[in-house]
Amino acid sequence: MQVDEATVRRIARLARIRISDDEAVALKGELSEILQWVKQLDEVDIADVEPMTAAVEMTLRLRDDKVTDGERADDVIANAPMVDDHFFVVPKVVE
Amino acid sequence: MTDPTKLTVAGAREALARKELSAVELTQAFLDAIEAGNAPLNAYVLATPEHALAQAAQSDKRIASGKARDLEGIPLGVKDLFCTKGIRTTACSKILGDFVPPYESTVTQNLWDRGAVMLGKLNNDEFAMGSSNETSAFGPVVNPWRRNKDAGNADADLVPGGSSGGSAAAVAADLCLAATATDTGGSIRQPAAITGTVGIKPTYGRCSRWGTVAFASSLDQAGPISKTLRDAAIMLKAMAGFDPKDSTSVDAPVPDYEKAVGKSVKGLKVGVPREYRKEGMGKEIEELWQQGMDWLKDAGAKITQVSLPHTRYALPAYYIVAPAECSSNLARYDGVRYGLRVPGEDLIGMYENTRAAGFGVEVKRRVLIGTYVLSAGYYDAYYLRAQKVRTLIKRDFDEVFRQVDVLLTPTTPGPAFGIGEQSGDPVQMYLNDVFTVTVNMAGLPGISVPAGMSSEGTPLGLQLIGKAFDEETLFRAGSAIEAAAAGAAGGALPKPDRWWMAAK
Repeated sequence: MQVDEATVRRIARLARIRISDDEAVALKGELSEILQWVKQLDEVDIADVEPMTAAVEMTLRLRDDKVTDGERADDVIANAPMVDDHFFVVPKVVE
Repeated sequence: MTDPTKLTVAGAREALARKELSAVELTQAFLDAIEAGNAPLNAYVLATPEHALAQAAQSDKRIASGKARDLEGIPLGVKDLFCTKGIRTTACSKILGDFVPPYESTVTQNLWDRGAVMLGKLNNDEFAMGSSNETSAFGPVVNPWRRNKDAGNADADLVPGGSSGGSAAAVAADLCLAATATDTGGSIRQPAAITGTVGIKPTYGRCSRWGTVAFASSLDQAGPISKTLRDAAIMLKAMAGFDPKDSTSVDAPVPDYEKAVGKSVKGLKVGVPREYRKEGMGKEIEELWQQGMDWLKDAGAKITQVSLPHTRYALPAYYIVAPAECSSNLARYDGVRYGLRVPGEDLIGMYENTRAAGFGVEVKRRVLIGTYVLSAGYYDAYYLRAQKVRTLIKRDFDEVFRQVDVLLTPTTPGPAFGIGEQSGDPVQMYLNDVFTVTVNMAGLPGISVPAGMSSEGTPLGLQLIGKAFDEETLFRAGSAIEAAAAGAAGGALPKPDRWWMAAK
Protein backbone atom coordinates (compact mmCIF):
# COMPACT_ATOMS: atom_id res chain seq x y z
CA MET A 1 0.00 0.00 0.00
CA GLN A 2 1.69 3.17 -1.19
CA VAL A 3 0.79 6.34 0.63
CA ASP A 4 1.49 9.66 -1.03
CA GLU A 5 2.80 12.80 0.61
CA ALA A 6 -0.65 14.40 0.73
CA THR A 7 -1.92 11.44 2.74
CA VAL A 8 1.04 11.63 5.11
CA ARG A 9 0.31 15.32 5.72
CA ARG A 10 -3.39 14.62 6.23
CA ILE A 11 -2.62 11.90 8.78
CA ALA A 12 -0.10 14.14 10.55
CA ARG A 13 -2.80 16.82 10.80
CA LEU A 14 -5.24 14.28 12.29
CA ALA A 15 -2.56 13.23 14.79
CA ARG A 16 -1.70 16.85 15.55
CA ILE A 17 2.00 16.35 14.83
CA ARG A 18 3.77 18.96 12.72
CA ILE A 19 6.09 17.40 10.16
CA SER A 20 8.77 19.03 8.06
CA ASP A 21 9.14 18.52 4.31
CA ASP A 22 12.05 16.13 4.87
CA GLU A 23 10.07 14.16 7.43
CA ALA A 24 7.10 13.95 5.05
CA VAL A 25 9.30 12.34 2.42
CA ALA A 26 10.92 9.91 4.86
CA LEU A 27 7.60 8.98 6.43
CA LYS A 28 6.05 8.40 3.00
CA GLY A 29 8.63 5.64 2.41
CA GLU A 30 8.47 4.12 5.89
CA LEU A 31 4.70 4.15 6.22
CA SER A 32 4.32 2.68 2.74
CA GLU A 33 6.73 -0.11 3.65
CA ILE A 34 4.90 -0.92 6.88
CA LEU A 35 1.44 -0.77 5.32
CA GLN A 36 2.61 -2.94 2.43
CA TRP A 37 3.93 -5.49 4.90
CA VAL A 38 0.67 -5.68 6.90
CA LYS A 39 -1.33 -6.17 3.71
CA GLN A 40 -0.63 -9.92 3.98
CA LEU A 41 -3.56 -10.03 6.41
CA ASP A 42 -5.78 -9.89 3.32
CA GLU A 43 -4.90 -13.58 2.78
CA VAL A 44 -6.79 -14.62 5.91
CA ASP A 45 -10.36 -15.84 5.59
CA ILE A 46 -12.23 -13.78 8.19
CA ALA A 47 -15.77 -14.64 7.10
CA ASP A 48 -18.00 -15.08 10.16
CA VAL A 49 -15.20 -14.17 12.59
CA GLU A 50 -15.98 -11.71 15.36
CA PRO A 51 -13.34 -9.08 16.10
CA MET A 52 -11.51 -9.71 19.38
CA THR A 53 -12.31 -6.85 21.70
CA ALA A 54 -10.92 -8.27 24.92
CA ALA A 55 -8.00 -10.56 25.65
CA VAL A 56 -9.83 -12.39 28.45
CA GLU A 57 -13.61 -12.95 28.61
CA MET A 58 -15.07 -10.56 31.10
CA THR A 59 -18.04 -8.32 31.71
CA LEU A 60 -17.25 -4.74 32.57
CA ARG A 61 -17.61 -4.25 36.31
CA LEU A 62 -19.94 -1.56 37.55
CA ARG A 63 -19.57 0.37 40.79
CA ASP A 64 -21.89 2.17 43.15
CA ASP A 65 -22.61 5.73 42.13
CA LYS A 66 -20.79 7.21 45.15
CA VAL A 67 -18.24 9.99 45.28
CA THR A 68 -14.98 8.40 46.44
CA ASP A 69 -12.40 10.87 45.16
CA GLY A 70 -11.92 14.51 44.29
CA GLU A 71 -11.00 17.88 45.81
CA ARG A 72 -7.43 17.43 44.54
CA ALA A 73 -7.16 20.40 42.22
CA ASP A 74 -3.63 21.22 43.43
CA ASP A 75 -2.41 17.74 42.43
CA VAL A 76 -4.16 18.00 39.09
CA ILE A 77 -2.42 21.25 38.10
CA ALA A 78 0.91 20.42 39.75
CA ASN A 79 2.64 19.50 36.47
CA ALA A 80 0.97 22.03 34.20
CA PRO A 81 3.18 24.20 31.96
CA MET A 82 0.95 27.23 32.47
CA VAL A 83 -1.74 27.75 35.10
CA ASP A 84 -3.89 30.54 36.46
CA ASP A 85 -5.53 29.71 39.79
CA HIS A 86 -6.88 26.21 39.10
CA PHE A 87 -7.19 26.70 35.35
CA PHE A 88 -4.96 25.39 32.58
CA VAL A 89 -3.93 28.30 30.37
CA VAL A 90 -3.78 27.74 26.60
CA PRO A 91 -3.46 29.95 23.49
CA LYS A 92 -6.64 31.62 22.27
CA VAL A 93 -8.82 29.34 20.24
CA VAL A 94 -9.25 31.12 16.95
CA GLU A 95 -12.90 31.41 15.95
CA MET B 1 29.27 -10.45 53.19
CA THR B 2 31.69 -10.11 50.27
CA ASP B 3 29.44 -8.88 47.45
CA PRO B 4 25.77 -8.57 48.26
CA THR B 5 24.98 -7.42 44.72
CA LYS B 6 25.55 -11.00 43.55
CA LEU B 7 22.68 -12.27 45.70
CA THR B 8 19.27 -13.30 44.42
CA VAL B 9 16.02 -12.01 45.93
CA ALA B 10 15.54 -15.34 47.70
CA GLY B 11 19.14 -15.32 48.90
CA ALA B 12 18.96 -11.74 50.15
CA ARG B 13 15.71 -12.49 51.94
CA GLU B 14 17.49 -15.26 53.86
CA ALA B 15 20.65 -13.22 54.50
CA LEU B 16 18.58 -10.37 55.96
CA ALA B 17 16.59 -12.77 58.14
CA ARG B 18 19.85 -14.31 59.43
CA LYS B 19 21.18 -10.80 60.10
CA GLU B 20 24.23 -11.44 57.89
CA LEU B 21 23.77 -7.88 56.75
CA SER B 22 21.30 -5.05 57.31
CA ALA B 23 18.82 -3.70 54.77
CA VAL B 24 20.72 -0.40 54.75
CA GLU B 25 24.00 -2.23 54.01
CA LEU B 26 22.35 -4.17 51.20
CA THR B 27 20.85 -1.03 49.65
CA GLN B 28 24.12 0.88 50.05
CA ALA B 29 25.99 -1.88 48.19
CA PHE B 30 23.66 -1.38 45.22
CA LEU B 31 23.82 2.41 45.39
CA ASP B 32 27.63 2.16 45.30
CA ALA B 33 27.47 -0.24 42.34
CA ILE B 34 25.11 2.08 40.46
CA GLU B 35 27.32 5.09 41.10
CA ALA B 36 30.40 3.21 39.96
CA GLY B 37 28.97 1.29 37.04
CA ASN B 38 25.74 2.75 35.63
CA ALA B 39 27.25 5.32 33.25
CA PRO B 40 28.66 2.91 30.61
CA LEU B 41 25.41 0.90 30.61
CA ASN B 42 22.91 3.75 30.99
CA ALA B 43 20.47 1.33 32.64
CA TYR B 44 19.22 3.84 35.24
CA VAL B 45 17.82 7.19 34.12
CA LEU B 46 17.29 8.34 37.70
CA ALA B 47 18.89 6.96 40.86
CA THR B 48 16.93 7.62 44.08
CA PRO B 49 19.53 7.08 46.84
CA GLU B 50 17.93 9.13 49.66
CA HIS B 51 14.53 7.57 49.05
CA ALA B 52 16.09 4.10 48.95
CA LEU B 53 18.05 4.54 52.18
CA ALA B 54 14.97 5.88 53.99
CA GLN B 55 13.00 2.82 52.86
CA ALA B 56 15.85 0.51 53.87
CA ALA B 57 16.05 2.10 57.33
CA GLN B 58 12.33 1.40 57.80
CA SER B 59 12.93 -2.18 56.68
CA ASP B 60 15.67 -2.64 59.27
CA LYS B 61 13.24 -1.49 62.00
CA ARG B 62 10.68 -4.04 60.81
CA ILE B 63 13.19 -6.86 60.57
CA ALA B 64 14.44 -6.07 64.09
CA SER B 65 10.92 -6.22 65.52
CA GLY B 66 10.13 -9.49 63.74
CA LYS B 67 7.60 -7.85 61.39
CA ALA B 68 9.42 -8.45 58.09
CA ARG B 69 7.10 -8.53 55.06
CA ASP B 70 7.59 -10.64 51.89
CA LEU B 71 10.09 -8.30 50.21
CA GLU B 72 11.41 -6.47 53.25
CA GLY B 73 14.57 -4.55 52.39
CA ILE B 74 14.86 -5.98 48.86
CA PRO B 75 16.41 -3.35 46.50
CA LEU B 76 14.64 -3.14 43.11
CA GLY B 77 14.80 -1.08 39.94
CA VAL B 78 11.57 0.33 38.45
CA LYS B 79 11.03 0.77 34.70
CA ASP B 80 10.36 4.47 34.03
CA LEU B 81 6.93 3.55 32.71
CA PHE B 82 5.51 3.10 36.23
CA CYS B 83 4.28 6.27 37.94
CA THR B 84 6.14 6.69 41.22
CA LYS B 85 4.68 9.28 43.56
CA GLY B 86 6.86 12.35 43.98
CA ILE B 87 9.56 10.86 41.75
CA ARG B 88 10.05 11.92 38.14
CA THR B 89 8.47 9.57 35.60
CA THR B 90 9.09 10.13 31.91
CA ALA B 91 8.35 6.94 29.90
CA CYS B 92 11.80 7.93 28.54
CA SER B 93 10.17 10.56 26.35
CA LYS B 94 10.91 14.28 26.06
CA ILE B 95 7.18 14.94 26.00
CA LEU B 96 6.73 14.05 29.65
CA GLY B 97 9.53 16.48 30.51
CA ASP B 98 9.92 16.59 34.26
CA PHE B 99 6.57 15.03 35.03
CA VAL B 100 6.30 14.17 38.71
CA PRO B 101 3.29 11.95 39.37
CA PRO B 102 1.17 12.82 42.41
CA TYR B 103 0.19 9.15 42.63
CA GLU B 104 1.81 5.69 42.68
CA SER B 105 1.08 2.88 40.23
CA THR B 106 -0.73 -0.06 41.80
CA VAL B 107 2.00 -2.53 40.83
CA THR B 108 4.79 -0.53 42.48
CA GLN B 109 2.61 0.24 45.51
CA ASN B 110 2.16 -3.51 45.91
CA LEU B 111 5.97 -3.82 46.11
CA TRP B 112 6.43 -0.98 48.63
CA ASP B 113 3.58 -2.42 50.74
CA ARG B 114 5.68 -5.57 51.04
CA GLY B 115 8.78 -3.68 52.13
CA ALA B 116 10.75 -3.44 48.91
CA VAL B 117 13.24 -0.61 48.33
CA MET B 118 13.40 1.52 45.14
CA LEU B 119 16.93 2.11 43.86
CA GLY B 120 15.81 4.23 40.92
CA LYS B 121 14.00 4.45 37.56
CA LEU B 122 15.18 2.31 34.70
CA ASN B 123 15.66 3.19 31.05
CA ASN B 124 13.32 1.89 28.33
CA ASP B 125 12.40 2.49 24.72
CA GLU B 126 10.28 5.64 24.45
CA PHE B 127 6.70 4.86 25.50
CA ALA B 128 7.66 1.17 25.47
CA MET B 129 7.97 1.18 21.68
CA GLY B 130 11.01 -0.72 20.55
CA SER B 131 12.98 -3.95 20.74
CA SER B 132 16.44 -2.59 21.48
CA ASN B 133 16.17 0.34 23.93
CA GLU B 134 17.61 2.57 21.19
CA THR B 135 14.63 4.93 21.04
CA SER B 136 14.88 6.30 24.58
CA ALA B 137 15.12 10.08 25.02
CA PHE B 138 17.91 9.32 27.51
CA GLY B 139 20.02 7.45 24.97
CA PRO B 140 20.52 3.73 24.40
CA VAL B 141 21.17 1.13 27.06
CA VAL B 142 24.23 -1.08 26.61
CA ASN B 143 23.95 -4.82 27.23
CA PRO B 144 26.33 -5.94 30.01
CA TRP B 145 27.16 -8.88 27.74
CA ARG B 146 29.77 -8.54 25.02
CA ARG B 147 30.63 -10.88 22.17
CA ASN B 148 33.61 -13.26 22.53
CA LYS B 149 37.01 -11.86 21.61
CA ASP B 150 37.21 -14.24 18.64
CA ALA B 151 33.70 -13.36 17.46
CA GLY B 152 34.95 -10.34 15.57
CA ASN B 153 33.45 -6.99 16.60
CA ALA B 154 34.08 -8.02 20.20
CA ASP B 155 34.13 -4.46 21.51
CA ALA B 156 30.88 -3.42 19.88
CA ASP B 157 28.21 -2.27 22.28
CA LEU B 158 25.27 -4.67 22.11
CA VAL B 159 21.61 -3.86 22.67
CA PRO B 160 19.94 -5.29 25.78
CA GLY B 161 16.66 -5.69 23.91
CA GLY B 162 13.53 -3.64 24.46
CA SER B 163 11.51 -2.03 25.47
CA SER B 164 12.56 -3.04 29.03
CA GLY B 165 16.26 -2.78 28.18
CA GLY B 166 17.19 -0.86 31.32
CA SER B 167 15.43 -3.39 33.55
CA ALA B 168 17.12 -6.36 31.89
CA ALA B 169 20.56 -4.74 31.82
CA ALA B 170 20.34 -3.70 35.48
CA VAL B 171 19.42 -7.20 36.63
CA ALA B 172 22.09 -8.84 34.45
CA ALA B 173 24.71 -6.39 35.73
CA ASP B 174 23.82 -6.85 39.42
CA LEU B 175 22.71 -3.22 39.69
CA CYS B 176 19.47 -4.32 41.43
CA LEU B 177 18.19 -7.65 42.77
CA ALA B 178 15.23 -7.63 40.37
CA ALA B 179 13.27 -5.10 38.33
CA THR B 180 9.75 -4.25 37.23
CA ALA B 181 9.04 -4.15 33.51
CA THR B 182 6.15 -4.18 31.03
CA ASP B 183 5.41 -6.29 27.95
CA THR B 184 3.15 -5.35 25.05
CA GLY B 185 4.71 -7.39 22.21
CA GLY B 186 7.66 -9.02 23.96
CA SER B 187 9.22 -6.18 25.94
CA ILE B 188 9.90 -8.32 29.02
CA ARG B 189 10.71 -11.64 27.39
CA GLN B 190 12.95 -10.50 24.53
CA PRO B 191 15.33 -8.40 26.67
CA ALA B 192 15.38 -11.16 29.31
CA ALA B 193 16.39 -13.70 26.65
CA ILE B 194 19.32 -11.68 25.31
CA THR B 195 20.65 -10.62 28.72
CA GLY B 196 20.51 -14.06 30.32
CA THR B 197 17.76 -13.15 32.79
CA VAL B 198 14.28 -14.49 33.55
CA GLY B 199 11.30 -12.45 32.36
CA ILE B 200 7.62 -13.29 32.69
CA LYS B 201 4.61 -11.57 31.14
CA PRO B 202 1.58 -12.76 33.06
CA THR B 203 -1.93 -13.31 31.68
CA TYR B 204 -3.67 -10.10 30.59
CA GLY B 205 -5.49 -8.75 33.62
CA ARG B 206 -3.24 -10.47 36.18
CA CYS B 207 -1.40 -7.26 37.08
CA SER B 208 -3.08 -3.88 37.32
CA ARG B 209 -2.32 -1.31 34.62
CA TRP B 210 -3.35 1.60 36.82
CA GLY B 211 -0.54 4.13 37.02
CA THR B 212 1.42 2.43 34.22
CA VAL B 213 1.93 4.72 31.23
CA ALA B 214 -0.34 3.25 28.58
CA PHE B 215 0.95 2.11 25.19
CA ALA B 216 -1.60 -0.42 23.87
CA SER B 217 -4.34 -1.02 26.39
CA SER B 218 -5.44 -4.47 25.21
CA LEU B 219 -1.86 -5.78 25.13
CA ASP B 220 0.12 -4.11 27.98
CA GLN B 221 1.01 -6.15 31.05
CA ALA B 222 3.47 -5.58 33.89
CA GLY B 223 5.85 -8.30 35.02
CA PRO B 224 9.23 -8.84 36.67
CA ILE B 225 12.72 -9.40 35.28
CA SER B 226 14.94 -11.36 37.67
CA LYS B 227 18.03 -13.56 37.98
CA THR B 228 16.20 -16.81 38.73
CA LEU B 229 12.82 -18.52 38.34
CA ARG B 230 12.28 -18.45 42.10
CA ASP B 231 12.88 -14.70 42.18
CA ALA B 232 10.41 -14.19 39.31
CA ALA B 233 7.81 -16.16 41.27
CA ILE B 234 8.42 -14.08 44.41
CA MET B 235 8.17 -10.84 42.42
CA LEU B 236 5.07 -11.79 40.44
CA LYS B 237 3.24 -12.88 43.58
CA ALA B 238 3.87 -9.40 44.99
CA MET B 239 3.07 -7.45 41.80
CA ALA B 240 -0.10 -9.29 40.77
CA GLY B 241 -3.60 -8.93 42.13
CA PHE B 242 -7.03 -7.48 41.57
CA ASP B 243 -7.32 -3.70 41.39
CA PRO B 244 -10.74 -2.04 41.30
CA LYS B 245 -9.11 1.02 39.70
CA ASP B 246 -8.30 -1.02 36.54
CA SER B 247 -11.46 -2.16 34.78
CA THR B 248 -9.50 -4.89 32.97
CA SER B 249 -8.01 -6.26 36.19
CA VAL B 250 -9.22 -9.78 36.89
CA ASP B 251 -10.70 -10.58 40.29
CA ALA B 252 -8.96 -13.88 40.94
CA PRO B 253 -6.73 -14.86 43.87
CA VAL B 254 -2.97 -14.79 43.36
CA PRO B 255 -1.45 -18.24 43.91
CA ASP B 256 1.78 -18.67 45.88
CA TYR B 257 3.86 -19.00 42.71
CA GLU B 258 6.98 -19.96 44.68
CA LYS B 259 5.37 -23.32 45.46
CA ALA B 260 5.36 -24.18 41.75
CA VAL B 261 9.11 -23.58 41.38
CA GLY B 262 10.97 -26.89 41.18
CA LYS B 263 7.82 -29.03 40.98
CA SER B 264 8.25 -32.14 38.83
CA VAL B 265 7.24 -32.01 35.16
CA LYS B 266 6.53 -35.77 34.98
CA GLY B 267 3.57 -36.26 32.72
CA LEU B 268 3.46 -32.61 31.65
CA LYS B 269 2.28 -32.33 28.01
CA VAL B 270 4.51 -29.90 26.13
CA GLY B 271 3.52 -28.71 22.66
CA VAL B 272 6.03 -27.59 20.03
CA PRO B 273 4.32 -25.41 17.41
CA ARG B 274 5.59 -26.20 13.92
CA GLU B 275 4.87 -22.73 12.58
CA TYR B 276 7.51 -21.24 14.89
CA ARG B 277 10.19 -23.02 12.86
CA LYS B 278 11.05 -20.21 10.48
CA GLU B 279 12.81 -20.54 7.18
CA GLY B 280 16.36 -19.41 7.62
CA MET B 281 16.09 -19.71 11.40
CA GLY B 282 19.59 -19.60 12.87
CA LYS B 283 20.99 -23.11 13.41
CA GLU B 284 21.90 -22.39 17.03
CA ILE B 285 18.31 -21.32 17.80
CA GLU B 286 16.99 -24.56 16.29
CA GLU B 287 19.52 -26.57 18.27
CA LEU B 288 18.72 -24.78 21.52
CA TRP B 289 15.02 -25.41 20.96
CA GLN B 290 15.68 -29.11 20.36
CA GLN B 291 17.88 -29.11 23.47
CA GLY B 292 14.97 -27.65 25.48
CA MET B 293 12.67 -30.40 24.22
CA ASP B 294 15.23 -33.07 25.21
CA TRP B 295 15.67 -31.56 28.67
CA LEU B 296 11.93 -31.60 29.33
CA LYS B 297 11.62 -35.13 27.95
CA ASP B 298 14.46 -36.29 30.23
CA ALA B 299 12.59 -34.73 33.16
CA GLY B 300 9.50 -36.78 32.37
CA ALA B 301 7.47 -34.48 30.14
CA LYS B 302 5.77 -35.59 26.93
CA ILE B 303 6.65 -33.59 23.79
CA THR B 304 4.03 -33.25 21.01
CA GLN B 305 4.17 -31.42 17.68
CA VAL B 306 1.23 -29.03 17.43
CA SER B 307 -0.02 -26.47 14.94
CA LEU B 308 -0.91 -22.80 15.37
CA PRO B 309 -1.89 -22.06 11.76
CA HIS B 310 -2.29 -18.27 12.05
CA THR B 311 1.11 -17.67 13.68
CA ARG B 312 2.58 -15.81 10.70
CA TYR B 313 -0.19 -13.22 10.80
CA ALA B 314 0.34 -12.27 14.44
CA LEU B 315 3.16 -9.82 13.84
CA PRO B 316 1.47 -7.81 11.04
CA ALA B 317 -1.81 -7.86 12.99
CA TYR B 318 0.07 -6.58 16.06
CA TYR B 319 1.56 -3.74 14.00
CA ILE B 320 -1.96 -2.60 13.20
CA VAL B 321 -3.57 -3.09 16.62
CA ALA B 322 -0.75 -1.74 18.79
CA PRO B 323 -0.17 1.47 16.80
CA ALA B 324 -3.93 2.03 16.64
CA GLU B 325 -4.26 1.79 20.39
CA CYS B 326 -1.14 3.87 20.96
CA SER B 327 -2.38 6.66 18.69
CA SER B 328 -5.38 6.86 20.97
CA ASN B 329 -3.40 6.59 24.22
CA LEU B 330 -0.83 9.18 23.20
CA ALA B 331 -3.43 11.76 22.21
CA ARG B 332 -3.33 13.02 25.79
CA TYR B 333 0.21 14.42 25.34
CA ASP B 334 -0.77 17.87 24.09
CA GLY B 335 1.22 20.30 26.22
CA VAL B 336 -1.82 21.46 28.19
CA ARG B 337 -1.90 19.65 31.51
CA TYR B 338 1.59 18.19 32.01
CA GLY B 339 4.91 17.69 30.33
CA LEU B 340 6.53 19.59 27.52
CA ARG B 341 4.80 22.59 25.92
CA VAL B 342 6.12 24.26 22.78
CA PRO B 343 4.25 27.46 21.92
CA GLY B 344 2.33 27.79 18.66
CA GLU B 345 0.47 30.38 16.63
CA ASP B 346 -2.80 29.04 18.08
CA LEU B 347 -4.04 26.04 20.05
CA ILE B 348 -3.64 23.55 17.23
CA GLY B 349 -0.22 25.00 16.45
CA MET B 350 0.75 24.43 20.07
CA TYR B 351 -0.43 20.81 19.90
CA GLU B 352 1.44 20.21 16.64
CA ASN B 353 4.69 21.84 17.78
CA THR B 354 4.63 20.16 21.20
CA ARG B 355 4.06 16.71 19.77
CA ALA B 356 6.58 17.22 16.98
CA ALA B 357 9.27 18.23 19.46
CA GLY B 358 8.29 15.82 22.21
CA PHE B 359 7.85 12.51 20.39
CA GLY B 360 10.77 10.55 18.95
CA VAL B 361 10.90 9.09 15.46
CA GLU B 362 9.57 5.60 16.27
CA VAL B 363 6.73 6.96 18.39
CA LYS B 364 5.71 9.32 15.59
CA ARG B 365 5.81 6.45 13.10
CA ARG B 366 3.49 4.33 15.23
CA VAL B 367 1.10 7.16 16.07
CA LEU B 368 0.80 7.94 12.36
CA ILE B 369 0.27 4.29 11.37
CA GLY B 370 -2.34 4.04 14.11
CA THR B 371 -4.09 7.22 13.03
CA TYR B 372 -4.13 5.95 9.43
CA VAL B 373 -5.59 2.53 10.20
CA LEU B 374 -8.32 4.02 12.36
CA SER B 375 -9.23 6.79 9.95
CA ALA B 376 -12.47 6.92 7.99
CA GLY B 377 -12.33 4.67 4.98
CA TYR B 378 -9.52 2.49 6.32
CA TYR B 379 -10.88 1.23 9.64
CA ASP B 380 -12.55 -1.89 8.17
CA ALA B 381 -9.68 -2.84 5.88
CA TYR B 382 -7.02 -2.63 8.57
CA TYR B 383 -8.08 -2.38 12.23
CA LEU B 384 -11.27 -4.42 12.06
CA ARG B 385 -9.57 -7.07 9.96
CA ALA B 386 -6.61 -7.24 12.37
CA GLN B 387 -8.98 -7.69 15.33
CA LYS B 388 -10.66 -10.58 13.52
CA VAL B 389 -7.30 -12.19 12.77
CA ARG B 390 -6.61 -11.78 16.47
CA THR B 391 -9.66 -13.91 17.29
CA LEU B 392 -8.27 -16.62 15.01
CA ILE B 393 -4.86 -16.45 16.70
CA LYS B 394 -6.52 -16.88 20.11
CA ARG B 395 -8.65 -19.72 18.77
CA ASP B 396 -5.50 -21.55 17.58
CA PHE B 397 -4.14 -21.44 21.14
CA ASP B 398 -7.47 -22.52 22.68
CA GLU B 399 -7.53 -25.56 20.35
CA VAL B 400 -3.94 -26.52 21.12
CA PHE B 401 -4.38 -26.17 24.88
CA ARG B 402 -7.00 -28.91 24.72
CA GLN B 403 -4.19 -31.32 23.82
CA VAL B 404 -1.21 -29.92 25.74
CA ASP B 405 -0.51 -28.02 28.97
CA VAL B 406 2.24 -25.66 27.83
CA LEU B 407 4.14 -24.69 24.66
CA LEU B 408 7.91 -24.46 24.15
CA THR B 409 9.38 -22.05 21.58
CA PRO B 410 12.50 -19.94 21.13
CA THR B 411 12.15 -16.44 22.59
CA THR B 412 14.12 -14.50 19.97
CA PRO B 413 15.36 -15.17 16.41
CA GLY B 414 18.95 -14.57 17.54
CA PRO B 415 21.25 -13.21 20.25
CA ALA B 416 21.87 -9.55 21.08
CA PHE B 417 22.83 -7.47 18.04
CA GLY B 418 25.02 -4.36 17.94
CA ILE B 419 23.68 -0.90 18.69
CA GLY B 420 22.81 0.74 15.38
CA GLU B 421 22.83 -2.54 13.43
CA GLN B 422 19.06 -2.73 12.94
CA SER B 423 17.80 0.80 13.36
CA GLY B 424 17.77 1.57 9.64
CA ASP B 425 14.73 -0.53 8.76
CA PRO B 426 11.57 -0.45 10.95
CA VAL B 427 10.22 -3.78 9.72
CA GLN B 428 13.54 -5.54 10.37
CA MET B 429 13.40 -4.29 13.97
CA TYR B 430 9.78 -5.49 14.30
CA LEU B 431 10.84 -9.03 13.31
CA ASN B 432 12.66 -9.36 16.66
CA ASP B 433 9.23 -9.85 18.24
CA VAL B 434 8.15 -12.66 15.91
CA PHE B 435 8.01 -15.31 18.66
CA THR B 436 6.64 -13.10 21.41
CA VAL B 437 3.75 -11.02 19.98
CA THR B 438 1.45 -14.01 19.54
CA VAL B 439 1.28 -14.32 23.31
CA ASN B 440 0.16 -10.71 23.85
CA MET B 441 -2.36 -10.98 21.02
CA ALA B 442 -3.94 -13.98 22.75
CA GLY B 443 -3.69 -12.48 26.25
CA LEU B 444 -1.80 -15.53 27.52
CA PRO B 445 1.15 -15.76 29.93
CA GLY B 446 4.67 -16.28 28.61
CA ILE B 447 8.07 -16.64 30.24
CA SER B 448 11.63 -16.52 28.92
CA VAL B 449 14.19 -18.68 30.71
CA PRO B 450 17.99 -18.47 30.12
CA ALA B 451 18.85 -21.65 28.26
CA GLY B 452 22.28 -21.35 26.71
CA MET B 453 24.86 -19.23 24.97
CA SER B 454 25.25 -18.24 21.32
CA SER B 455 28.39 -18.96 19.31
CA GLU B 456 29.33 -15.32 20.02
CA GLY B 457 29.26 -15.96 23.77
CA THR B 458 26.03 -14.06 24.41
CA PRO B 459 22.84 -15.37 26.11
CA LEU B 460 19.90 -17.13 24.49
CA GLY B 461 16.54 -17.95 26.04
CA LEU B 462 13.66 -20.34 25.54
CA GLN B 463 10.03 -19.32 25.88
CA LEU B 464 7.18 -21.19 27.51
CA ILE B 465 3.59 -20.16 26.76
CA GLY B 466 0.81 -21.18 29.11
CA LYS B 467 -2.95 -21.26 29.46
CA ALA B 468 -4.65 -18.18 30.82
CA PHE B 469 -3.90 -17.76 34.55
CA ASP B 470 -1.70 -20.85 34.57
CA GLU B 471 1.57 -19.06 35.42
CA GLU B 472 2.24 -21.93 37.85
CA THR B 473 2.88 -24.32 34.96
CA LEU B 474 5.31 -21.78 33.50
CA PHE B 475 7.26 -21.70 36.77
CA ARG B 476 7.17 -25.49 36.96
CA ALA B 477 8.37 -26.14 33.41
CA GLY B 478 10.70 -23.15 33.54
CA SER B 479 12.47 -24.58 36.60
CA ALA B 480 13.15 -27.80 34.71
CA ILE B 481 14.80 -25.83 31.90
CA GLU B 482 16.69 -23.62 34.35
CA ALA B 483 18.08 -26.66 36.17
CA ALA B 484 18.96 -28.53 32.97
CA ALA B 485 20.63 -25.48 31.43
CA ALA B 486 22.74 -24.97 34.55
CA GLY B 487 23.68 -28.63 34.53
CA ALA B 488 24.66 -28.54 30.86
CA ALA B 489 26.84 -25.50 31.56
CA GLY B 490 28.72 -27.30 34.30
CA GLY B 491 26.85 -25.96 37.31
CA ALA B 492 25.64 -22.55 36.23
CA LEU B 493 25.35 -20.44 33.10
CA PRO B 494 28.13 -17.84 32.92
CA LYS B 495 27.88 -14.25 34.15
CA PRO B 496 29.27 -11.28 32.19
CA ASP B 497 32.68 -9.78 33.09
CA ARG B 498 32.10 -6.54 34.96
CA TRP B 499 33.78 -4.36 32.33
CA TRP B 500 31.44 -1.46 33.18
CA MET B 501 33.00 -1.23 36.66
CA ALA B 502 36.57 -1.19 35.30
CA ALA B 503 36.89 2.58 35.18
CA LYS B 504 36.78 3.05 38.95
